[in-house]
Amino acid sequence: MLRFLLQRLLTAIPTLLVIATLAFVLLHLAPGGPFDSDKVLVPQIQHAIESRYHLDEPLWRQYLRYLGELARGDFGPSFQYRNTSVNELIAQGLPVDAAIGSAALLLALLLGGATGLVAATRPGSWRDQLPMGLAVLGISIPVFVTAPLLILVFAMRLHWLPSGDWVAGSWRHLLLPALALALPYTAYIARIVRAAAIEALGQPYIRTARAKGLPTHVIVLRHALRPTLMPLVSFLGPALAGVLTGSIVVEQVFGLPGIGRLFVTGALNRDYTVVTGVTVLYGALIIGFNLLVDLCYAWLDPRVRART
Amino acid sequence: MRRTRPGALVAAALLALIVAAALLVPALSPYDYATPVWTKIFSGPSVSGGHLFGTDSLGRDLLVRVMWGCRISLLVGIAASLISVVIGVCWGALAGYAGGRLDGVLMRTVDVLYAVPFIPFVIVLEVAFGRNFLMVFIAIGAVSWLDIARIVRGQTLAICEQEYIEAARALGVRTTTMIRRHVLPNLIGLVAAYATLAIPGVILFEALLSFLGLGVHPPLASLGSLVAEGANEMQANPYLLIIPAAFLATIILCLNRLGDALRDALDPRHEEDGHG
Repeated sequence: MLRFLLQRLLTAIPTLLVIATLAFVLLHLAPGGPFDSDKVLVPQIQHAIESRYHLDEPLWRQYLRYLGELARGDFGPSFQYRNTSVNELIAQGLPVDAAIGSAALLLALLLGGATGLVAATRPGSWRDQLPMGLAVLGISIPVFVTAPLLILVFAMRLHWLPSGDWVAGSWRHLLLPALALALPYTAYIARIVRAAAIEALGQPYIRTARAKGLPTHVIVLRHALRPTLMPLVSFLGPALAGVLTGSIVVEQVFGLPGIGRLFVTGALNRDYTVVTGVTVLYGALIIGFNLLVDLCYAWLDPRVRART
Repeated sequence: MRRTRPGALVAAALLALIVAAALLVPALSPYDYATPVWTKIFSGPSVSGGHLFGTDSLGRDLLVRVMWGCRISLLVGIAASLISVVIGVCWGALAGYAGGRLDGVLMRTVDVLYAVPFIPFVIVLEVAFGRNFLMVFIAIGAVSWLDIARIVRGQTLAICEQEYIEAARALGVRTTTMIRRHVLPNLIGLVAAYATLAIPGVILFEALLSFLGLGVHPPLASLGSLVAEGANEMQANPYLLIIPAAFLATIILCLNRLGDALRDALDPRHEEDGHG
């Protein structure tokens, strides 16, 4: 188990290096710099700015400096926001994403899991076909369509919830963005749970449990739930990553101050350090999530544990 | 699990209808997608008024714009999927056929790339190199070949265990000929199925970029930029959001259905597990 963990951590390092290098190379290959603007600066000022951010050094030195700072967990100073480090910007934005992301995932798990289990108990009935039909719709409609539609219905027409802004700790401001982000994953989870539960319910030990005369809800919750969780856990890795990058859209639509918006404005303004910092952070989080998922997998399934 | 899905036929018919409309309507309609008509701003959808879907904030006919959007979205979807299929098939077939160390290197690369957050990268690409339309294809195609590479590698491994490959090898057939003549033809069905499934993903990706203002240049429209325009006007004129959104969702839905059906028919190893 420990060896497995170490091995995975060791492969994470080259992966992060690739991500960091790609981001750096792409940005520096691009024509135009962060301090190009319509008004022409006095050469001395231009030079002072560039030397302050080490932009006057040869590229390889900038790259090495960048890697060295990354290794220490330092994303450097922002080019756009004076006297603010990228770490501070991320620290401001991350709680927003964490709140929306975890709320969205919780919603998706509860709604999708319950729907999938109910559908699996009676495959082919209306309780199966209606939610599964809706799930296909949920997968096909992207977040940037559902988010404005949710605002249109629940904020503009019904006036139940606010349409944007961010008030930390207010569930009313959290609900619509989280719901918009959760819908496609709810649909996926419902389909996965349904398929896995149908398979689990076909196992001989379930027949035994039925023969003992156990009521359906006990069979489903006590005996079928655990094997049902397995494929769900392996879906959670990509889902977490998707929620993370999906929040770029949700933040844009609802105007939330998360790292997704930080990233998009950073990219538009050529804020090199913000863009590389957020990209590397995304990569690290995705690797971390996948590792977590693998650990959960090993914990849930003794057969996987034995192999590693 | 092999079964025919009646939904697939409906999906194919609906897609054909949308493609036909996307090709014909802009050619036959008296309206232009780009020219503003200041006297007709925000006229709602009506049959008698001449604008079936109404007009947008610049008085342009929404029907023509949506059909142009479908053209662009489908074009990007197909072109970028082709790019990803070509890269994925070459990569996967080479890894599966060569085996050994080369296989290890190629597939570890795929593993590493799987952890790369692609949406941010494509956004950086778009911003850095300008909103070049060709760039959209290449960027999306270049990042979406990983799944196909994995599937093709697995299938190639299975094919290479067949006797006729051994026979061909005994006859001294060269590697390139072997891959071209004996391996690739057996992959076509599978690749067709997964390429169909890749198209909706690519269309959504392009729509997302256009929605963020990084895709096609106005006045040209893709379904994503039309949804974005509609979202800005939705309070007073919700039809501007709902109509392009409905077309986008229908196209994605149909392609998913079609791809699922093709995969069920052509990929014997795929199990229905809801992952697809």
